[in-house]
Amino acid sequence: MYIIIVGGGKVGRGAARDLIEMGHEVCLVERDANTAWSINNELGEVALLGDGAEIHVQRAAGMNRADVVVACTGRDQANLAVAQTAQTRFNVAKVIARINDPRNERIFQALGFNYTISATTAIVNAIEQEVSAGLTRLTQLRSSAFVLAEHEIPRLAPCVGCTVRDLDLPPHTVLALIIREDDEPEIPGPNSTINAADVIVAVTQPQHESALRTALTGET
Amino acid sequence: MRVVIMGCGRLGSTLARELDHEGHDVTVIDIDSAAFNWLEEDFRGATVIGAGEDVEVQQVAGVPRADIFLALANGDNRNAMAVQVAKHIHRAPRVVARIYDPERAEVYRQLGINVVNPTTILDQMVREAAFASEDPNGATA
Repeated sequence: MYIIIVGGGKVGRGAARDLIEMGHEVCLVERDANTAWSINNELGEVALLGDGAEIHVQRAAGMNRADVVVACTGRDQANLAVAQTAQTRFNVAKVIARINDPRNERIFQALGFNYTISATTAIVNAIEQEVSAGLTRLTQLRSSAFVLAEHEIPRLAPCVGCTVRDLDLPPHTVLALIIREDDEPEIPGPNSTINAADVIVAVTQPQHESALRTALTGET
Repeated sequence: MRVVIMGCGRLGSTLARELDHEGHDVTVIDIDSAAFNWLEEDFRGATVIGAGEDVEVQQVAGVPRADIFLALANGDNRNAMAVQVAKHIHRAPRVVARIYDPERAEVYRQLGINVVNPTTILDQMVREAAFASEDPNGATA
């Protein structure tokens, strides 16, 4: 695939390195000459010097034949501009935008950009999960209405020895996988038994995460 | 009319003064408090310090109750984002963005935004001024 990355900071550079390693054709647009030079030194001739929000630079980068455009500068207004021109002007099939300020997630979503990455939100979520212990949100599923969460069953949880059918699961929640301590992972059916120290992977909605935790641990 | 103007440079401050004198309810947003020096002392409107594309700064500036939002800061990206936040989140009924780059102006027009592009306007005016005394049927046409 041909992938254009706009913004050669830590994120853009790291993405370029990985994507090149995976065998993709990559162009990294960076407006700072020193940064562009240092990227070319490390990764070969992949950096294009210029402001990636400018259409003439996008044209020079070959955006009309790009399969994916990643907008990952440190400025959300630039990322939005790149995403919108990539989509409107160059009909790029997949546009991924980085969001620096989580307050801007609303406008990206309102404008229909579903592939967004917000490091701040990811870190805040991770901290919240560490603090609230137990349920770990693995990932937000694409529509963002559902999340994938994992939970280890405590030794003394009331559900130990119960079957999946007996669990008091919240709405819009299914158990996707039971990872047994010394056994193969199992896709649970209604009659699967929950054992202590099993790790449960479930699909649920953010508003039901705490009810799911209660169902699996008895804690409120 | 309730008008919120983002960007208190030459253009933003001129419009703010005029609209204020005409009796409109004007609020000006700028990221730099020194920019408000462009306004005269008798300016009766409000000033808000902050990034005009920020959803919360717009809230403070009263964009949800505004009739018109004008994005007249210097950066095209900033103005484009600001009018879309005003339009899609705060439901401002009328928004206008200044976009310097003619090509990007076209993209935002396609996206349904009222865009003013100073480059094409000035291009036209400079041509008219430069060739004003020439015979319109002459060799320069």
